[in-house]
Amino acid sequence: MSVLSLRDLRVTYRTSSGDVPAVRGVDLDIPKGQVLGLAGESGCGKSTIAAAILRLLPRRTSVEGQVLLNGEDVLAMPPRKLRAVRWAGASIIFQGAMHALNPVKRVGDQIAEAVETHGLSRDREAHVRAGDLLEEVGLPLRRSNDYPHELSGGQRQRVMIAMALACGPDLVIADEPTTALDVMVQAQVLALLKRLQREFGLAMLFITHDLSVLGEVSDRLAVMYAGKIVEEGPAQSVFLDPQHPYTRALAAAFPAIGDRRFRKHPSGLGGDPPDPQRIPPGCPFHPRCPDAFEACPSTVPWLFEAGADRRAACLLVEGALAEATEGAK
Amino acid sequence: MTGSQPGLADDPGSPPILEIRDLAVTFAGRIGLLSGLLGRAGSEARAVDGVNLEVRRGEVLALAGESGCGKTTIARTVLGLIKPKRGQILFEGKPLGRNLQAYRRRVQMVFQDPTGSLNPRQTIYEIVAEGLRIHRIHRGPAGESEEQLVARALSRSGLRPPERFFMLYPHELSGGQRQRVVIAGALVLEPELIVADEPVSSLDASVRGEILSLLLKLRDEMQISILIVTHDLGLAWTVADRVAVMYLGRIVETGAAEEVLLRPLHPYTRALLDVVPEPGGIDRPFLTGEPPDPTNVPTGCRFHPRCPRIADQTAASLGVEGRCLGEDLGLVELRPGHLAACHVATLDPDAATGGGAPSVEAAGPEASRS
Repeated sequence: MSVLSLRDLRVTYRTSSGDVPAVRGVDLDIPKGQVLGLAGESGCGKSTIAAAILRLLPRRTSVEGQVLLNGEDVLAMPPRKLRAVRWAGASIIFQGAMHALNPVKRVGDQIAEAVETHGLSRDREAHVRAGDLLEEVGLPLRRSNDYPHELSGGQRQRVMIAMALACGPDLVIADEPTTALDVMVQAQVLALLKRLQREFGLAMLFITHDLSVLGEVSDRLAVMYAGKIVEEGPAQSVFLDPQHPYTRALAAAFPAIGDRRFRKHPSGLGGDPPDPQRIPPGCPFHPRCPDAFEACPSTVPWLFEAGADRRAACLLVEGALAEATEGAK
Repeated sequence: MTGSQPGLADDPGSPPILEIRDLAVTFAGRIGLLSGLLGRAGSEARAVDGVNLEVRRGEVLALAGESGCGKTTIARTVLGLIKPKRGQILFEGKPLGRNLQAYRRRVQMVFQDPTGSLNPRQTIYEIVAEGLRIHRIHRGPAGESEEQLVARALSRSGLRPPERFFMLYPHELSGGQRQRVVIAGALVLEPELIVADEPVSSLDASVRGEILSLLLKLRDEMQISILIVTHDLGLAWTVADRVAVMYLGRIVETGAAEEVLLRPLHPYTRALLDVVPEPGGIDRPFLTGEPPDPTNVPTGCRFHPRCPRIADQTAASLGVEGRCLGEDLGLVELRPGHLAACHVATLDPDAATGGGAPSVEAAGPEASRS
C-alpha cells in the first residue's frame, strides 16, 4: 500500500473574481521509502497539492477527490484525527524557513513543542529529543538555545527539517526546500534530506521548479502544467529523455555543463504559464508548444503510455492520437 | 576560441570596454550600541578585496560565486552606486570621473527582481521613457520622437506590438514580460554595456531561456557588452564567453568559459561545478560549513579553511601547505588565457581539482574549435 495516494484530486479556490481551478484532477502514489518529485512553474498547482494533503487551504476552498494517507482519507477526517495526522502522519518543510519558524521562540523549544503537542513525551524528554534531532540534521546542541534570526538560512532550513521529523511521520512534503538557499548550502541540505529519507525509510513528496534537483533526489518524477500531471515516470529517464514538450523545456532551463546543445544557445518557451481562470482549450500547453499540430487545440490529451513505466499527456506520444480519436467517438 | 562571435569577443586586439583595477570595497561592520558609545570600531567587511577584471567589447562575461562573495558589490560599484575604497574603474580606458551622468547613459543595469525594480504606479511607457527624460533626450540619433524610441526599445525586448504595452501597468504583465520591460528601459538609452545581476533567477524556468536568448541577441545585433552576475554556473555555460569565479572578495579563477567550466584549475571552481545538480549525482562531494565571512578573511589563501586539497593532504604531499596557510597569492596564468589563484594548481594543475578529469563526459573543449 502506498503511504500517500491522491485520487482525482481537484482544488478550486473561491475568489472575488470567480472560481480558480488550481488542481484539475491529479492522481499520484508514493510508496514507503520513495521520493516523488513534483515539478512545475509558479501557478501550476504544485504547492496547492502540498497544502491540500494536510488540509491547510483556506476554508472556502473546494477540495474534491481523495487524499489517502496510509489508506485513510484525510479529506474525510474529523478535526481531532486531522490534528493527530499533521506532524505525526505527514509533515511539511516550507521554502522560507524564516517565515515558517516562530521568531520569538528558541528553536529547541519549537521542536520540543511539536513533540509535546502530540503527547509523544513530556517536557524534559521532548527537549532531549529536540537536541537529538538537531544533531541528526547537523546542528550542534547549543544551537537549540538560538532564536531563528541568529541562524543562517541553511541552518534555519535544518531546523525546519528537524521539526518535520520530530513526530516520526511516514510522509514528508518538501515544498521548494532549497530554493532560497545558496548553491553550496543547497547541496548540503539536499544531501541531508536524502540521507534522512533513506535512513528513516520515509515517503517524500519533493516539490520544486528545478528539474535538475528533482532528477537528482527523486525516484519518480511528475511534471505539472495548468493543474494537471502532464508527464510521469522514473526520475532519471524523465529528466534525461522527456516525452512531453513541456518537460523538455523545463529540463533545458537547467542544462548540464558540457552539454553542447545549450552552449550559447539558451532555450526557453515563448509565452507565459496560463492563467488558471483562462486555461486554453484542448491541450492547455498548445499555445506555447513548439511541436503543436492541428489536433492540439481541440483534443484534451490524457496520460498515455509512453515507454516503460512512463506516461505523458501529449498527442505526439506514439499511438496517442489514434487512442484519443478513438476515445472521442 | 569560444565559437560564435569571431571578431568580437575573440579579438585580443580590441581594448576592453570596462576595466577594473585593484578594486577594493569595504563596509563598516555591525556594531553594538555599547561598543559604539565606547568608541570601538566594528569589524570591517572586505566585500571586494583587490579585484582586477575586464569586460571586452561585445563579450558576455559571467561573474560567478556564492552569495556574499562580493559579485553584486562589484556590479554596483561599476554602476557608480558604491564608492570604492581603493582602485579604479576605467570605461573605454578612461577613469570614471565625478560626472557620472554621461557614463550612466552608456552603462545600464538589469536587476534580479523585475517586480521590485519597476514603479507599480507608472505605465510601461513612462517606465521606459524615464531614462530618456532623465538624460534629456528628446530626439533619437536619426530624429526619432520619444514615442518611436520607446516603441523600438520595447520591440527589441520582445514586447510586440509595443503600442499594446504603452498604457499597461507592471502588475498586468507576467514575470518574464516585466523583465523585458526592465531590459527595454535599459535599451532605450542605447547602452554599450549592460550589467545584469542574476537577471533570470526570479523568473519561471520556462521563461529563463527566452530572457537569456534576448540578452545574447542584443549582444549579437547591437554589440552590447554584458556583465552577468550569477551564482549559477549552468547559466554561465549557456551564455558566457568568459567566466570569472569569485570567492570572498577576490577573483580566484578566470578564463574562456569552456576552459574554466570544463577544465577548472581552482579547487573552489571544481567545488562549485560539483554542486550543479545532475541525475544520480546526489552522492557528489560538496564543501561543508557556511559561506565565508568577509569580516574575517583567513590569512594565506583565503579558501584554505574549506579547501578539499588541504583536507585530503594533496597540498601537504606537494609541500605547499605552508604557503596555502601563510601566503596570499594573486592570479597566475597557468594555461593560455586561463588564470587561477591556487598554490597547488601553480605546481600541478591537475592535482588542484582532484585529478583534473572533467566531471562531464561531453565532447572536450577541442570540439568547439572547429
